[in-house]
Amino acid sequence: MHPAYSVIFFTTASGLGYGMLILLGVMGAAGLIAADRAFAVAAFGLAFTAVTLGLFASTLHLGHPERAWRAFSQWRSSWLSREGVAAVATYLPTGLFALGWVIWQETGGGFALAGVAGAVGALATVYCTGMIYASLPTISAWSNRWTVPGYLVLALATGSLWLAALARLFDVAHPAITHLPIGLVLAAWIVKAAYWRSLDNAPRASTRQTATGLGGEGVPVRFLFSPHSQDNFVMREMGYRIARKHAVPLRRTAQALAFGVPLVLTDLDMFWPDGPAALLTGLAVLSACVGTAGVALERWLFFAEARHVVTLYYEPRGQ
Amino acid sequence: MTSLPKQTGRRLGLVIDLDTCVGCHACAVNCKEWNSGGVSAPMTDEDPYGGDATGVWFNRVHAFEVGDGATGRTVHFPRSCLHCEEPACVTVCPTGASYKREADGIVLVDEDLCIGCKLCSWACPYGAREYDFDAGVMKKCTLCIDRIYNANLPEADRVPACVSTCPANARHFGDLGDPESDVSRLAAARGGYDLMPEMGMKPTNKYLPPRPRTLGAADGGEADGAGDATTAESGFLGFIDRLYSR
Repeated sequence: MHPAYSVIFFTTASGLGYGMLILLGVMGAAGLIAADRAFAVAAFGLAFTAVTLGLFASTLHLGHPERAWRAFSQWRSSWLSREGVAAVATYLPTGLFALGWVIWQETGGGFALAGVAGAVGALATVYCTGMIYASLPTISAWSNRWTVPGYLVLALATGSLWLAALARLFDVAHPAITHLPIGLVLAAWIVKAAYWRSLDNAPRASTRQTATGLGGEGVPVRFLFSPHSQDNFVMREMGYRIARKHAVPLRRTAQALAFGVPLVLTDLDMFWPDGPAALLTGLAVLSACVGTAGVALERWLFFAEARHVVTLYYEPRGQ
Repeated sequence: MTSLPKQTGRRLGLVIDLDTCVGCHACAVNCKEWNSGGVSAPMTDEDPYGGDATGVWFNRVHAFEVGDGATGRTVHFPRSCLHCEEPACVTVCPTGASYKREADGIVLVDEDLCIGCKLCSWACPYGAREYDFDAGVMKKCTLCIDRIYNANLPEADRVPACVSTCPANARHFGDLGDPESDVSRLAAARGGYDLMPEMGMKPTNKYLPPRPRTLGAADGGEADGAGDATTAESGFLGFIDRLYSR
């Protein structure tokens, strides 16, 4: 599948933002984060900026962005529509929770309720994002059971990295916040490893035989020539597929950036308790940046590695 | 609404005969010609006279080689929208622009509602939907709704443009929901099949497989009169027999 930069940016940025909103909502409501105003301004500022820029970017690849509001109408059948509804609905409770924290420095009572409701909304939005891909049987790399967990846990992992970095910057670091990325990044690594494993071992349900109904046992079907001399929309949109030899080093790079570097750097006091606080904070910020870049590369691979069944009609190779 | 109708009154579609298709692309060209002035107009071309000409077509004719040696053959394979019973392209649509008509099962796009998100093209296994970059909306085969119900046309011409133009009579149009219709009986008689049934879209259009190749005919054989030709069939099967014996 063609990796559109607007969609890569959207899913990475909104994942980060919703991951932060989930953790802020739950941990804030549980009183695990000090109700500090400056921290809240920075954390909610980053989360809302990431989510909003992401949603805005997602309209950039539309043919008619001015009609985007129509996408809220078909929530009964379409995961894309559900994502839009959930995304907009989540602004209300998370906004209320953020106001309470920033203005009154209050995260308990009714505000805690709003925080948890916002966390549920953010979780639902990321779930819908994952389901947009997981519900497409035409792309077996996406319609597998690791797609949705991957979107959820990567959102939480990037969100936790930024939350931990900001907590150190604003001196509200609670061990629950600084240790959190270790667990979530590890979980994300496990899910992505399982995803790639299932990708490599999945049997191919569709073949050129099922696509054309021709050939069969011992009777091969070979591509003879294309219907047209130049690439068409279908080939450009669905035909992009990265060569296997490039996919392997790119997967390694994505894992090193998204998981390896953050695991070592985000919570370096575990290994180096006497390290200078400024350095540890700097490294936590760096690991959040590197981790986010790694997730963007993972997202690029999510598209570039995915093979659409329509390519069975076009690819000279394959079966 | 992008929720699907529980059932459709008729199930209009095509039966495409891979045995007789000669790969002339007349169906694709006449489709382009008719629809460039029809409800989906324009079918935009980009760089039409340049080195990288591309554009919107609803019909594409592929070619495959099947088998090896004496039984090997070239099969021309026209590919267009199959007007599925369970079209995922419709249910994924976030705006309601894509819909399946309850009356006849035709899958259409309302271009005034389409936001051009292209998700429907991802959901279609058959590559039936082609995005118009100029208009910013998705376009697809309409089964020529502006021909098949067009009272200004002689009744014989009220078929999709691809069907009316096919010089090999490889394309047949009708109601596949009615088991007594000509197309249903043709599909039943010739073993019409679905493309990629594992995708679960339940396509309406059926493809007829190429007939087995006749081997050893070159030496003239024994003129013993053995064969189907002596027993004249009547009715529809006779029509099919005469049609394909020409």
